[in-house]
Amino acid sequence: MIEAIGLTKRYGSTVAVDNLSFTVRSGRVTGFLGPNGAGKSTTMRMILGLDRPTAGSVLIDGKPYQELRHPLRTVGALLDAKWVHPNRSARNHLRWMAAASGLPAGRVDEVLDQVGLTSVANKRAGGFSLGMSQRLGIAGALLGDPKVLLFDEPVNGLDPEGILWIRRFMQDLAKQGRTVLVSSHLLSEMALTAEDLVVIGRGRLISQGSTADLIGGATQNTVLVRTPQAQHLGNALAHKGFQVESKPDGSLVVSGASSDQVGDVAASCGVVLHELSPQRGSLEEAFMQLTGDSVEYQSSEVAAR
Amino acid sequence: MRLLNAERIKLLSTRSTWWCALLAVALPVLFALFYASQAGDFLTLNVGTTQSGYQFGLVLVMVLATVSITSEHRFGTIRGTYQAVPSRVPVLLAKAVLLAVLAGLIGELAAFGSLAMAHLVQPEVDLAVNTATEWREVAGVGLVYAVAAVLALAVGELLRQTAGAVALLLGYVLLAESAVREIPGVGEQVARWLPFFASRVFLGSAEGEDATVSAPYGPWAGLGLFAGTTLVLLALAAVVARRRDA
Repeated sequence: MIEAIGLTKRYGSTVAVDNLSFTVRSGRVTGFLGPNGAGKSTTMRMILGLDRPTAGSVLIDGKPYQELRHPLRTVGALLDAKWVHPNRSARNHLRWMAAASGLPAGRVDEVLDQVGLTSVANKRAGGFSLGMSQRLGIAGALLGDPKVLLFDEPVNGLDPEGILWIRRFMQDLAKQGRTVLVSSHLLSEMALTAEDLVVIGRGRLISQGSTADLIGGATQNTVLVRTPQAQHLGNALAHKGFQVESKPDGSLVVSGASSDQVGDVAASCGVVLHELSPQRGSLEEAFMQLTGDSVEYQSSEVAAR
Repeated sequence: MRLLNAERIKLLSTRSTWWCALLAVALPVLFALFYASQAGDFLTLNVGTTQSGYQFGLVLVMVLATVSITSEHRFGTIRGTYQAVPSRVPVLLAKAVLLAVLAGLIGELAAFGSLAMAHLVQPEVDLAVNTATEWREVAGVGLVYAVAAVLALAVGELLRQTAGAVALLLGYVLLAESAVREIPGVGEQVARWLPFFASRVFLGSAEGEDATVSAPYGPWAGLGLFAGTTLVLLALAAVVARRRDA
């Protein structure tokens, strides 16, 4: 279990993480979601004791990282697949990690096999493709057979096969009862991988809960109506308390109503309908809705909307 | 022990370490070859002067030590290291011990290699190491390399950047200390107390430089001054490493 309590990180006048509190439960994959620059990586570095929080704390199974007796046997992390010396072989990279945490050298070959890098174990890590580097990073995270695992954007830049592999891998780890925290800026990816979500924007917590609830709550279901008497129907619907938006092509988008309700209103005032279709919100909309104006580097086009 | 083992794997599994180590032994020995072959009426060959090329090795040992820590910052492996050892300071100490041993070994190989090379070139010159002073002049090279490696490690950790740290160290060793001497009035006074000058007092190679800048302390005090400066820098690096975000 990971518990962040009032976690704050300031760099000069920039606030990267702002009074962030959340809990990550064991036995499930928790997605750590937010736009680029939301403070996900900074938070993960603070969880690992790499960056010192300006205020607040984060506990792993009740202890700060610095007080863990066997850090690599408790927490495994892949924050950046490029954190390897390019002239060192994959095996040597894992060998020093194993030695530093007092793990038997035999673990190195076990994890290499687990991620499928045995055949390139003696090759320089600098020559690895992104997918291979990610696998090496995951091997490093698994080295101490830890109960808690952190992955920062693990599928970024991977091909579909690699994405699928990582997704299954993380779900397997969670099924074994481990705590798995995976960050991403893609809700669509998290919807497939994570059961729980912690959503942040501009360093602040936006919401926390199960993935299904968050997506359900954030995607607005609307009804699209086309009718020659748009004005008339619009007024009638607005009178009933539904929100109506007129589109440039003359159609109406009704929110807060089911298609049944819209049909009933149309019938009661004798309006002819050419189209009546329920619209399901997309994950992207849900994400925009959740994070809203908390995108740090907003393009002016989005801002103008 | 496990940290020393981890740092040993790291240090010996990159090519730059091996290249630096090889050159750090080869260059002083080659210089001894050159020096001994030119020795005669103008250049005196004795046990002390066989070590004239030790500075080439010194510079390379310092580059090796600097890169061992700056490359960790450059490539991000320091974060993996700190994940394994969150208290951080033991990492720096393990690196210091390991580098001191390696640099000491390189120094002894370079020193006795140079002596042997000079003997091969000029077999008729008496190059037997008899007196305590002669032993210090030759075997002392290993000690100076060991201390210099730790000093370079500390500076590398403080700056965390290869180019900056190497430029600062080499600029200091090769230029700054002798430039200080040129400051009118106080320059010569100050220059006597600088760490690398003190290391040359220890090796007995400071006397030839400039008669007016003579050290008011003995050779072993010179080594003490050199090592003391290094320990202060190492302590500073340890404090900074603990405080800073990795």
